[in-house]
Amino acid sequence: MAEVEETLKRIQSQKGVQGIIIINAEGIPIKSTLDNSSTVQYAGLLHQLVMKTRSTVRDLDPQNDLTFLRVRSKKNEIMIAPDKDYFLIVIQNPSD
Amino acid sequence: MEIVYVYVKKRSEFGRPCYFSDRPAELHADLLPDAALAATFLARDPCDVGAQCAPDVSEHEVNTERFESESRGINHVEGGWPKDVNPQEMEQTIRFRKKVEKDENYMNTIMQLGTLMEHSIKQNNAIDIYQEYFEEEDEEDEEEVTDAKEQPAAKTINVFRDPNEVKRTASSLSWHPDGNHKLAVAYSCLEFQRAPKDMSFDSYIWDIENPNRPELTLKPVSPLVSLEYNPKDSHILLGGSYNGQIAYWDTRKGGQPVEMSAIEHSHRDPVYKVIWLQSKTGTDAFSTSTDGQVLWWDIRKMSEPTERLVLDLSRKENLENALTAVSLEFEPTMPTKFMVGTEQGLVVSCNRKAKTPAEKIVCTYSGHHGPIYALQRNPFFPKYFLTVADWTARIWSEDIKESSIMWTKYHMAYLMDGCWSPVRPSVFFTVKMDGTLDAWDFLFKRNDPTLSVKVCDEALCSLRVQDNGRLLACGSQLGTATLLEISPGLCTMQRNEKTLATAMAEREAKREKILEARQREMRLKERSRSEQSKEDESRELDGEVTTEDLVARAEKDFFQIVEAELKKMEKDKEDEKEKEVCEEKEC
Repeated sequence: MAEVEETLKRIQSQKGVQGIIIINAEGIPIKSTLDNSSTVQYAGLLHQLVMKTRSTVRDLDPQNDLTFLRVRSKKNEIMIAPDKDYFLIVIQNPSD
Repeated sequence: MEIVYVYVKKRSEFGRPCYFSDRPAELHADLLPDAALAATFLARDPCDVGAQCAPDVSEHEVNTERFESESRGINHVEGGWPKDVNPQEMEQTIRFRKKVEKDENYMNTIMQLGTLMEHSIKQNNAIDIYQEYFEEEDEEDEEEVTDAKEQPAAKTINVFRDPNEVKRTASSLSWHPDGNHKLAVAYSCLEFQRAPKDMSFDSYIWDIENPNRPELTLKPVSPLVSLEYNPKDSHILLGGSYNGQIAYWDTRKGGQPVEMSAIEHSHRDPVYKVIWLQSKTGTDAFSTSTDGQVLWWDIRKMSEPTERLVLDLSRKENLENALTAVSLEFEPTMPTKFMVGTEQGLVVSCNRKAKTPAEKIVCTYSGHHGPIYALQRNPFFPKYFLTVADWTARIWSEDIKESSIMWTKYHMAYLMDGCWSPVRPSVFFTVKMDGTLDAWDFLFKRNDPTLSVKVCDEALCSLRVQDNGRLLACGSQLGTATLLEISPGLCTMQRNEKTLATAMAEREAKREKILEARQREMRLKERSRSEQSKEDESRELDGEVTTEDLVARAEKDFFQIVEAELKKMEKDKEDEKEKEVCEEKEC
């Protein structure tokens, strides 16, 4: 429990990190540093995106699997680390 | 799961089984060569036959149907909660979350994912992989390319079609004063008495992002021929209608006009142009129409015009003699002067502050052969103005009244509208009846337009450039308003452009002045010569030399020459005949 907190604190303290969200396999946000409405929006949209990406990767090569997903946009970068049961989402403003 | 369909039919229902057997060949028909038929054919040797080994292809056109799209938002609501947890109740959700956090699987997973994530974050912070390294070089390249080689081009961005069944001409366009996201288009049928009975009178305001549906419908009493946004208040629009009335709308109040001018005091012909004036209240405007009047209005009191001017050149305010106006020009930097373009091809320059109506008309510029459809001063050099009429576009200098200082060649199609580019002093645009849009740059090329784009098959009737100079809208005879984007070469000001344009215009003006002076000299000489010759003749003969005498003399000379030629021809023929006779004799 404490290690989890420590890890998240470490991530939060990195330069440019705007927010962290942890969601479970059903899309329920477990932990978040953003406000509720944003969290719900991110959770809903990104959950579907990860599912789609994962199925794409598996379709192209059944032996393959998705390890990390980065969505870079004009304003920030959304990084998603998926697992079987949980997703860790971090929104960062890249260096500049 | 197998999807299977079983066809069942009884064997007895099939029919008899077939039994194949061998038998020798039988001759059924024997066609022998017929010599009689062969005689009707011609043998040809060698024979030229083309053969090609290429795949057979056929052409087929496909056009998708018009697709209407609409923007909508989605409301995100939480979901996925297990059945026993009520997402609205804070306690239950918190309890659920705490439970998950205590799960060991959760902790391990997050640790793993955490390290993975940290790595990526540090990567991001260490170096920006999308950094532009050679930005300055790129810019320089672009600049050079734009100056030297870039082809001017215009790209159609959007097309706004008249939603009604009966199509009307898009007779006037006006951009929204700030933001430029909206375009007001006035629709009317300008052909005399040819408007179909069920033609709708509506005009529309379009949002340039949505070509499917107009943003607002303006419902006048009679179709609008001209429409203008108030540059000071972007909610007010003033429209001049086909029956001569002026009406103004407030977009906050919907599609019905807020007030209309009284029909007794309005124009008696379609109001071809309305322009807002600069005033403290921002409510003044003036309008003109083919009935020969220019009326000033204050929109707060529409029952009567505040001022009236009759375009009578003899200065007698006689409506029957008046010139009929089709366009109007007003420059906010010169609020006392304005110009009117007439159907007779004259541009009348007027002074607003004159004391008596007779003094209002200052001077006229002649040179066009047809109605002047567009009239605009150069936004950078107000001394020069552009007129678009008949088959040419001309640039005039205010000082020179006899002729224009620069003009385009005579085109094959009638020019319907034109305007200067608000960002480049030497660029102007014109539209023609064959549906082409031309962009002219008089510093670059004078004989031909710099860019000529065929926008549509029908005639283009109106044109308006947006204030940033990049977008322009043109309206066609079937009510289609097309939005075009011009390439940056035509809308970024080049170095020294202002000085070059001034120099060019001044040079042309000087040339015209010199020509004018010469003409005057020649006329004076002619006059003095004819006076001298008159004196001489009056000493010799009585009476002056009238034109009829001159004509009679010319006729006599002409017939003398003709008879002389005929005689010569007859003589030649006789000579030839003699020659022939001689030759025969010799033979």
